[in-house]
Amino acid sequence: MISQFFVLSQRGDNIVFHRGEVPKGSAEIFFRKVKFWKQDGQEEAPPIFNVDGVNYFHVKVVGLFFVATTRVNVSPSLVLELLQRVARVIKDYLGVLSEDSFRKNFVLVYELLDEVIDFGYVQTTSTEVLKSYVFNEPIVVDAARLQPLGPGAIFMQGNKRMPGTAITKSVVANEPGGRKREEIFVDIIEKISVTFSSSGYILTSEIDGTIQMKSYLTGNPEIRLALNEDLSIGRGGGSVYDYGSSYGAGAVILDDCNFHESVRLDSFDMDRTLALVPPDGEFPVMNYRMTQEFKPPFHINCLIEEAGHLKAEVVLKIRAEFPSNITANMVVIEMPLPKYTTRASFELEPGAVGQRTDFKEANKKLEWDLKKIVGGFEHTLRAKLTFSQESHGNITKEAGPVSMTFTIPMYNASRLQVKYLQIAKKSSSYNPYRWVRYVTQANSYVARI
Amino acid sequence: MAPPAQSQRSQSPSQPSGKSEVSDLKHQLRQLAGSRAPGVDDSKRELFKKVISYMTIGIDVSSLFGEMVMCSATSDIVLKKMCYLYVGNYAKVNPDLALLTINFLQRDCHDEDPMIRGLALRSLCSLRVANLVEYLVGPLGSGLKDSNSYVRTVAVVGVLKLYHISASTCVDADFPSMLKHLMLNDSDTQIVANCLSALQEIWSAEASTSEEAAREREALISKPFIYYLLNRIKEFSEWAQCLVLELVTKYVPSDSSEIFDIMNLLEDRLQHANGAVVLATVKVFLQLTLSMTDVHQQVYERIKAPLLTLVSSGSPEQSYAVLSHLHLLVMRAPYVFSSDYKHFYCQYNEPSYVKRLKLEMLTAVANESNTYEIVTELCEYAANVDIPIARESIRAVGKIALQQYDVNAIVDRLLQFLEMEKDYVTAEALVLVKDLLRKYPQWSHDCIAVVGNISSKNVQEPKAKAALIWMLGEYSQDMQDAPYILESLVENWDEEHSAEVRLHLLTAVMKCFFKRPPETQSALGAALAAGIGDFHQDVHDRALFYYRILRYNVSVAERVVNPPKQAVSVFADTQSSEIKDRIFDEFNSLSVLYQKPSYMFTDKEHRGPLEFADELGNLSIGEAAHNVISSQRVEENDKDLLLTTAEKEETRGSSNNGSVYAVPYDSSTSVFASQTQIESAISNPTTAGHSQHASFGIDDLLGLGMPAVPDVASPPQLKLNTKAALDPNAFQQKWRQLPVALSQELSLSPQAVAALTVPQALLRHMQSHSIHCIASGGQSPNFKFFFFAQKYEEPSNYLVECIINTTSAKAQVKIKADNQSTSQAFSTLFELALSKFGTP
Repeated sequence: MISQFFVLSQRGDNIVFHRGEVPKGSAEIFFRKVKFWKQDGQEEAPPIFNVDGVNYFHVKVVGLFFVATTRVNVSPSLVLELLQRVARVIKDYLGVLSEDSFRKNFVLVYELLDEVIDFGYVQTTSTEVLKSYVFNEPIVVDAARLQPLGPGAIFMQGNKRMPGTAITKSVVANEPGGRKREEIFVDIIEKISVTFSSSGYILTSEIDGTIQMKSYLTGNPEIRLALNEDLSIGRGGGSVYDYGSSYGAGAVILDDCNFHESVRLDSFDMDRTLALVPPDGEFPVMNYRMTQEFKPPFHINCLIEEAGHLKAEVVLKIRAEFPSNITANMVVIEMPLPKYTTRASFELEPGAVGQRTDFKEANKKLEWDLKKIVGGFEHTLRAKLTFSQESHGNITKEAGPVSMTFTIPMYNASRLQVKYLQIAKKSSSYNPYRWVRYVTQANSYVARI
Repeated sequence: MAPPAQSQRSQSPSQPSGKSEVSDLKHQLRQLAGSRAPGVDDSKRELFKKVISYMTIGIDVSSLFGEMVMCSATSDIVLKKMCYLYVGNYAKVNPDLALLTINFLQRDCHDEDPMIRGLALRSLCSLRVANLVEYLVGPLGSGLKDSNSYVRTVAVVGVLKLYHISASTCVDADFPSMLKHLMLNDSDTQIVANCLSALQEIWSAEASTSEEAAREREALISKPFIYYLLNRIKEFSEWAQCLVLELVTKYVPSDSSEIFDIMNLLEDRLQHANGAVVLATVKVFLQLTLSMTDVHQQVYERIKAPLLTLVSSGSPEQSYAVLSHLHLLVMRAPYVFSSDYKHFYCQYNEPSYVKRLKLEMLTAVANESNTYEIVTELCEYAANVDIPIARESIRAVGKIALQQYDVNAIVDRLLQFLEMEKDYVTAEALVLVKDLLRKYPQWSHDCIAVVGNISSKNVQEPKAKAALIWMLGEYSQDMQDAPYILESLVENWDEEHSAEVRLHLLTAVMKCFFKRPPETQSALGAALAAGIGDFHQDVHDRALFYYRILRYNVSVAERVVNPPKQAVSVFADTQSSEIKDRIFDEFNSLSVLYQKPSYMFTDKEHRGPLEFADELGNLSIGEAAHNVISSQRVEENDKDLLLTTAEKEETRGSSNNGSVYAVPYDSSTSVFASQTQIESAISNPTTAGHSQHASFGIDDLLGLGMPAVPDVASPPQLKLNTKAALDPNAFQQKWRQLPVALSQELSLSPQAVAALTVPQALLRHMQSHSIHCIASGGQSPNFKFFFFAQKYEEPSNYLVECIINTTSAKAQVKIKADNQSTSQAFSTLFELALSKFGTP
């Protein structure tokens, strides 16, 4: 069904190229099309398009294009899912996914691809199954220098509580020291989207969560994950945005969720426990979606006012609404300014550290980076703007909205929890490392002004 | 194993030519070939890697062939694999080496290690050297019987590869029936899945020439086989599950309890983390319940949440694919999703391809209860930094206004857009205000007041300028300055680069002249002079035409150029409901993403396995070709979804003498064919697709098996020729050329269903009503008939496609007619004839 598979670098270099009935040069055709999708370069090429009867599918993973082509009218989500899965399998093997690791391991990558796809038909994408067919040893590249793959990557910076390199460790390669370390990672990753109205109340909010697992346990023992006992799924009738619902304050209510194949739900209805024998490699145990009201981690306050002739002042206030033992990282706040803004001068609060401000002349955008924000604290930025023309008295319509990105480790907005992680014991001395980690990221965190 | 691509770039002088390196490698390989020293395999691996990396960057290492093969006489799988990669690359281009390769691989096919047997077999089948296929038969035959499942898995795909190299060799060796045996008996589900894929391809290709293959292909969707697969669905890999589910969509269950059994069995597949499995399951649910209105609605409710979860949990690419499918469902059943509209709000960081889809969905789900909030949200996007999306949002507001919800408030918003003083916002808003005025002339007073304040100098985009000029012409009596603005525009004639704008300017000045002659006279003279001197043919022609008609008679000119207009009630839809239904039938395929049926972007042989569209020979192919032409035309004519004024006036022109153009006989007149299609979309906005649910509902409520009595006033009596004749070729040609005049769904009486056990009975029955069958086919419960009839003493034909499902007791009828005006009358006759079927 699939004619070709290839991986291209951002510059269009062929990194891997697998088989083909489709005319030669398809990689070039693809790259040109993606690069020059719209004349003005403002729009991204959609992940699927057709050139001369050939359908091109691509997903972008850490700056690499994973591309498949076919002439057949296939299921688009199947091919896109497959591409994503191929990237994941390769990552399981190589530890990190990058141009460099690809080039060092291309024989192994070919070997993998040959077992994943035969004559265009998917055979298997399970790292577990592939292990018995694939024999090349990965050449591990230095992870520290590389941009990592996937949401789990945020754990990479490493700290006291978790080993930083774990997530970039190959599933198959042996540790330099010889024996593999017995460990298992369970990451609860939540992406939150909130839109605040100009008067500060919440217009829409959603949490998209994933319980991600990566197991380095030998012998595939059974695992039980217990979630909140009061967890309920599906919101009966009416609008899902029914904030004033009469559910108890403590209950976690998911709108919907789905599960990995290996998950057995035998006792899920009774005690909210997931049972599974985790296959090797990284995979999502459960994806969930929640529109139940939750407390947004940050409160944004933005004021923009005219301050004399051809001048205006912006005051941005960010307040962290989470406990002080939690710290948000990599906070970036952006705000488009009126098109006729020529200059912006910034004034940070006294004694500010780890903060950076910038006025992006080209797209008239204000940027404010904060390395970290400790729970409970509030930060303020003042910016004086200079205009090249009179504003039409409606300056708020010319600027905004304020958008924010951040990462908050060990915090989850939904209050969904893994109460315990039980590993079926092989012997009394068997006690593998278990890492249960939480992180919340901004997906679309926007305040209108 | 596939070869890495030969490097495209030629070797630069700074790169090593590789010659000395290659001979060096040759030497080293030779030394190692015979060695049995410990650790020799590791050294070989290093060398092999070097050889392959040279091969990848385009250095010719084919001279090492002998040494490579010699070194591979080992049990080290890593070495073997690299060697296969190497030989696979050179055997194809070098026939001398191919034979050597085959010997080497054949030997490995008997290796003790099943991994080596499998790998060798796969490499052997991948060589794709046509004149060496006889060497494949033996190893494949034993591979299929191998005790190891890996080898069998490889062998099954190998059979398919052989089929593509030489179909006759594959069939003669009786491989298809061996695959069938494996498919029904092997305990390894991946082997079953591979057999299914291979046999679908092979039997579909053979079906046109072999009755047996056609029968076998049918058997794949027979109850025992489908149940065999469904009962073990969870044993299949997630990818194989998709394959099985796609097959299940082709299966027609015998009764509703079977449908519910299948749905209950597959229910938990909707909770799968793999989007492909979920979508394949959704397709099964939708297809199975098509004829059960209530359940079909429940299915929409059921699949909503899982699809929305996929949208938010996956990569942006995956959400795009899922959203496209949601979009299709939203368009079909907006009311089901109307309370979920907030899910379609755009997120700040989404790629624009996702935002566009969401905007379309917001337009579709807007209704009385949510319009205010949706429009408020869209207005936020209008000020967005992402200009293409801002434009799209403004258009969406306009489209919602045209849907008649809360027009009052929306007009206010649009007028506010005009006051925002952003060029692109003004431009988009002007075009929308123009369309609104065409539909709601009653708003002209408010709109004109605002439009009058816009300086034409601030409007540069041709579409917007044309819209402004059209309004100046149309409402010149209400706009104080109209003649003077038009005059200044005429003065700058030479600076106006868009022919579209100049055409509109000509017409607007004419209209203004009829209303306010003294003020416009000089501008008109100047405009006509400039127009006649224009280098653009259309502008020149229109100016000359205006000039001559004015000279002939001013009042005639006024009647032609500025007749009283009726408000447009429904703007033309871009896609016929027929095309939309086809896309729906192709759910979970690229058709949904491209928003066109597969025949528009795929060759026939690539449409996928089990394509049953051509049951009635090439009739449906002809139909497909027709749709390609007309729908592309529609697209060309109608890029903006709404017809522009000029085009609409033309359309109306052709409707006055529609009968002349309604029967295009050659491609040169096909432009008119497409226009008639647009017209039928305008005049019959509720035929087909949309109204299906409604009519279902009524039928069910009444609980009558009999067709409802048509509620149209009794049409003029239509008499049919009892001895009509039409040869199949002429039928095909007409079917291709004519647009669908009427499309409806009829219910059959229980007696009729019973009588259909002998389909020929229907043919005889219809013939007794002067409606003749030209082709028929199908199997219980699905039958398809093509009928024709002729008007008495007139060479005017009616063509009918009638698809009957005896389970649901429904008939889907499409009527095409030479003379569209009598198609309703014919439809009544047809309905009557069908309703009498089965009654004594």
